[in-house]
This record gives sequence, structure tokens and C-alpha cells, in this order.
Amino acid sequence: MTMTLTPATSKTEPTATEQAIWDVLAEVNDPEIPAVTIVDLGIVRRVETAGVEAGPNGKNGPVRVVITPTYTGCPATDVITFMIRTALETAGFSDAEIVQEITPPWTTDWISEDGRRKLREYGIAPPPGFTSKRALLGESTEIACPRCGSHDTERVSQFSSTPCKALHRCRSCLEPFEAFKCH
Amino acid sequence: MTTVDKNDLFEYALRLGDTSLVLGHRLSEWCGHAPEMELDMAMSNLGLDLIGQARLFLTYAGEIEGQITGGQGRDEDQLAYLRDVLDYRNFLLVEQPNGDWAVTIARQFYFSVFQQLYFQQLATSSDEQLAAIARKALPEIEYHVRFATEWVLRLGDGTEESKRRMQEGLVSLSRFTAELFESDDLENRLIAAGVAPDAALLRPIWQERIEDTLREAGLETPPPHRPVLGGRKGHHTEHLGYILTEMQYLQRAYPGAKW
Repeated sequence: MTMTLTPATSKTEPTATEQAIWDVLAEVNDPEIPAVTIVDLGIVRRVETAGVEAGPNGKNGPVRVVITPTYTGCPATDVITFMIRTALETAGFSDAEIVQEITPPWTTDWISEDGRRKLREYGIAPPPGFTSKRALLGESTEIACPRCGSHDTERVSQFSSTPCKALHRCRSCLEPFEAFKCH
Repeated sequence: MTTVDKNDLFEYALRLGDTSLVLGHRLSEWCGHAPEMELDMAMSNLGLDLIGQARLFLTYAGEIEGQITGGQGRDEDQLAYLRDVLDYRNFLLVEQPNGDWAVTIARQFYFSVFQQLYFQQLATSSDEQLAAIARKALPEIEYHVRFATEWVLRLGDGTEESKRRMQEGLVSLSRFTAELFESDDLENRLIAAGVAPDAALLRPIWQERIEDTLREAGLETPPPHRPVLGGRKGHHTEHLGYILTEMQYLQRAYPGAKW
């Protein structure tokens, strides 16, 4: 399964302005896991414009960015809204409207391949598999240690420093690590 | 198709929001006090999920209030921080004190198993926003059910002392569980309109799930007790006032304070 910068929910090809906005958003890092961007995590659902073309600073028309919170109570959502607004203003989109949508609910299936790789390199195990597979076969125990790659790992706690992760431990290199929950 | 009275919908959204808010606040009281660091984080995570639900429900309640009055309804913060005990609509179960770890687990076990069954139905509500909130919350509730169930088993099947405490926790809170399945005229109207699930129908399934886990844990099902009701009418136990005193202190002392 491959994913592009634009999530599958975008039905049409982005316009030049929309692509410019996607490019800006692709530079906004998640405030709690700064190794990945909000686009990598699938937090940005849609970019909508009224068909205006990109212009010099402050001369762009209305922009609407639709985002979805990862977990219902994720405190980072408000920070993310602020960061998007700042990034867009810097890029000349001064009137961005940032809207939160909770349906369909966020799932780790929306984390891009690139995002999964960046998480691993940062020391966080990406979500094991996809929710459809989990629904069929139950929870995967195949969580590889992001440090040594061993599959001999155990879950210490299903909760960790952010709502989206669980706490694991590698039995091979004995290193504790965090893993994204398949959600 | 029955038309839904906006006043009913407002009240119903408050009931859902208040229950999540009060339990979320209760769980946050464990922050810095749980038996282990992992449990400290677990309680904070659960609390955060519940407060997230509360924010969505109360924001929605405020929108409906705006539609009723034709103006601006109260926002989530005004509803959470500026209503008094009599105006809160949460279940009595969730306002009960944390007690020891076993009491907290008993409360969470009773509630999360209920909330999962209830939200599975609410997810198909004819009210789109309530359905969306339920669908968003369900994957998180799955963690809550698993966490609480694992702990009931661990304590019940642990030492003499852990078993005694778990059993006491279950018994002390069981009188508050009947309220989860009670409905009043307002809720009956919303059930007829396809907005609210009929909680009474969920009771046998809930009972079976509770008993299955207790049997596995070697614990006794608490004996039947006269149900204690009143949360829906604002008739709360003494504990809610103390929660609100703490939770609302800042907004009461410094109205409109932001940080």
C-alpha cells in the first residue's frame, strides 16, 4: 500500500494553489513527535481553495484546511492548528480557515510509508499492520525493536507519553521503546 | 420520522458530556499518585480520552443551545466551569471517589464495559454529530475496557489482599450501576426518534460480560442492591460538589481567565 502526499480522500487533482499549500503543510512537524509531519500522520484531510492562484505575500484568497485529531483528547490538536496558521501566514496565505473534522475517525492506516520509516528512524515502532488486518486476525504481536530490529519484544503498558503510543521493551537489546498503536 | 425537540437534544448532549467530563476529571486525580509510573500514564491517557469526548459533547450542546435561543449558546468552557451541582447531569457512578486502586478499577470496569456497548449503538444514531463522536471514541474505549478487565483479573486472581480489595470495590459501587440503564421521558422520546440507544436492552449483555470476567477472576458477582438514582435530575452524591470546587476554582475566582 503506497500513499502520496495527498490523502486518498482528495478526489480530484490539486490545483497549483492547493499543491502549494500541501507543500507548506508537508513542512509542519507534529509538535509531540517532531520527526514526522502532520501530513505524514494523516492529520491533514483536505485542502480547499476557492480556485485562486498563488500570489505574493498576503495576496492569496481564502484557504480552508481540514484536519482531524488523532485521539479525541489529543492536546496537540490546538497547537497543530496554531502551527498551520503560522506556516501558512509565513507562506503568504493569511486568511486560512482551519477546520476540525472527526468523521471518519482518524486511523493509523493514514500514516504514510514515509511517515512509518521516519518514525522507525526516530526510535518509535510504527503501527503494526493495518486496522483491516487487525479486525480479521486480532492484534499483531509483530512489533520490531526500532533500535536492533529484533521481533523479540514485549508490551510493558498499552499507554505511553502520548495517547497514540504504547510502551514496549526489547528482550534482545533490553532497550525500552515506544510503539504506535494500530488504531 | 419523529421530530426531535432541540431542548431534549441539548439536555441529552449535556448528560453524555458531563459523564465523560466528571470521570475524566476523577482519573486525572491519579496523576502523580498511581502505584506505578506506567499506571500514572495510563490514568492520564484514559482521562484525556474522556475529556476529549466531553469537549465534543459540550461543544455540540452549546451549538444546540444557540439554535434554541437564536443566538450564541454557551461554549464548552462555560458549560464545564460555570454550572453548579444541580445543573450537572452525569451518572452518580462516575463522581464516586477514586478510593484505592481497586475501587478505581471497579468503577472503570463497570463504566467502560457499559460505555462500549452504549456507544456501539450511539454510533448509528439518527443524529449525525452524536454518531460521529461515538465512532471517534469507540477505538479508544476498547483500550479502556481492556485495561480495566486486565486489572480486575490481576487483582481478583492475585493475593488474598488484592482479591479482598477488588471484591470490596465491586460491591461498594454496584448500587450505582442500575442508573446506567435507566431512562426517563426525555430519553424515551429520543429513543423513539432513533437518537438515543435504549440502554435497558443493553443490561443483560452488560451483566453477562461483567459476570464472565468476575468468574474468570475468581470474584463474586455483587448481590443485588436497591438502585441509587438521581444524576439525570441533578440530585448528586456529596462528592460532585468537591470535584466542581476544584475543577471550577480558577474560572470562579478569576472569571474569564485565559492562560
